[in-house]
Amino acid sequence: MESIRQLLQMIPRFGELPQSFQIFCALLASCVVILVLALVCVLYLVWMERKVSAHMQDRLGPMYVGGWHGWAQTIADALKLLLKEDIIPAEADGLLYRVAPVLVFVAAFAATAVLPFGAQSIVTDLNIGVLYVVAITSLSVVGIIMAGWASNNKYALYGGMRGAAQIVSYEIPAAVAIMTVVILVGSLSMQDIVRAQLGGIHRWFLFRNPFTFGAFFVYFICSLAEVNRTPFDIPEAESELVAGYHTEYSGMRFAFFYLAEYVNMIVVAGVATTLFLGGWSQVLPARWGPQLIPGPVMFTAKVIALIFVQMWLRWALPRLRVDQLMYVCWKVMLPFAFVLLLGSGFLAVYWK
Amino acid sequence: MSEYFKDIGRTIVTSYYSMWVAFKHLFTRSVTLQYPTVKMEMPERTRARLFNKIEDCIGCGQCARVCPTDCIDIQTEKRGKEEPEIFASDGTAIKLRTYVFDIDMTLCCYCALCVFPCPTLCLVMTPAYEYSVYDKRDHVYHFAVDKPLTAKATKEPQSTKA
Repeated sequence: MESIRQLLQMIPRFGELPQSFQIFCALLASCVVILVLALVCVLYLVWMERKVSAHMQDRLGPMYVGGWHGWAQTIADALKLLLKEDIIPAEADGLLYRVAPVLVFVAAFAATAVLPFGAQSIVTDLNIGVLYVVAITSLSVVGIIMAGWASNNKYALYGGMRGAAQIVSYEIPAAVAIMTVVILVGSLSMQDIVRAQLGGIHRWFLFRNPFTFGAFFVYFICSLAEVNRTPFDIPEAESELVAGYHTEYSGMRFAFFYLAEYVNMIVVAGVATTLFLGGWSQVLPARWGPQLIPGPVMFTAKVIALIFVQMWLRWALPRLRVDQLMYVCWKVMLPFAFVLLLGSGFLAVYWK
Repeated sequence: MSEYFKDIGRTIVTSYYSMWVAFKHLFTRSVTLQYPTVKMEMPERTRARLFNKIEDCIGCGQCARVCPTDCIDIQTEKRGKEEPEIFASDGTAIKLRTYVFDIDMTLCCYCALCVFPCPTLCLVMTPAYEYSVYDKRDHVYHFAVDKPLTAKATKEPQSTKA
């Protein structure tokens, strides 16, 4: 954000405007930048998901649209969804039906504002960054329940209820796993957490400490449940509930849910890399010489690797039933998360 | 209690195994044939569209008799004594003039029962399977080339009734 503010200083007489207005313009510009970046990323993530799933299933995936391996397929799909008829069920609750996709989308996008892409490439380095992400991603629960209820369809309601239960339950072990790292760093700010991991791969929280190693797996699995990815995709399971809470949505409204799912994947992978894989820090230890790969490239590579693992898990594992899902959350993830938190706390106090 | 940990251990081990299988399949060759540019090799005696070599057809009507869906419509008249004698390619004399030989491929069930009784082996099933049309009347294939000469043969052949 600061670099954008310096860029804006190049506009003549910009520096004479009041300070707060300058900051406001810089923030607006950075939000637009990250919105566009995230949308383009989502386009390519959808393509990547289709190609990865296809090759894992011994088939080819999109090959035709755009020439080389169908890279323009998602653009064609987005255009198609824009041109579709906007069907609203007659008995659907008008306002809630229209607001639900917007709420889910906003909750997902707002969380991208604190992802640290590089040393100065962050929209805003909130000093409560981690807490902000956890809080904002819970807003999507409200959107999901609204979508399920307003669709006037009992299966959509089932999907919405299950989705809400799943997300709310899995937030707890996820937050406890996050705290495992926050205790060691002493700050909730995303950039501080990354700075605590600078200096090479052995300084990443994943490898520094057996408790944070376990916390990574706990966080990663809980985050899969947060974004409703298989094996936790009961709310949108294709064969169980048609499409769960977004059954009755068509065209661009459906596209909002779909985009929100992929942006959520990016956010959750971004938080996991910031906390456990060192964010924009380099792989080689600092004393081996200067690092050549710029921060944003490193961050993006790590996020894409984690998203690839998410897609891989989708096609490797069968779907969990709702009761199995709840069992895993409350009886496996939560106790493990607490034990890891206790261990991490001891280390933070006695191993200075 | 130990059941609990054994279950967790088994979950982790089996999940890793599934992930390994999925990963391996990422690198196996795809089995997709990209259809319009790459077509599958049809086996040798594939039964698809019918073809009749009308120069060899003696108009016996055995194929129409045996067809279970009545998709072949044959109408013939006797050749007059003053007309030159014609023969099929295997030497059989052709005594009838076939002026209607229509096969309606929308009715055909591709059983090939019509191929075997043909005395001159002029009716065959070819491997041509890409013959979609816009009008269903274009699926009626007219093989006859002769025109009827006698007065009674002026009624419309049956298959053209859509």
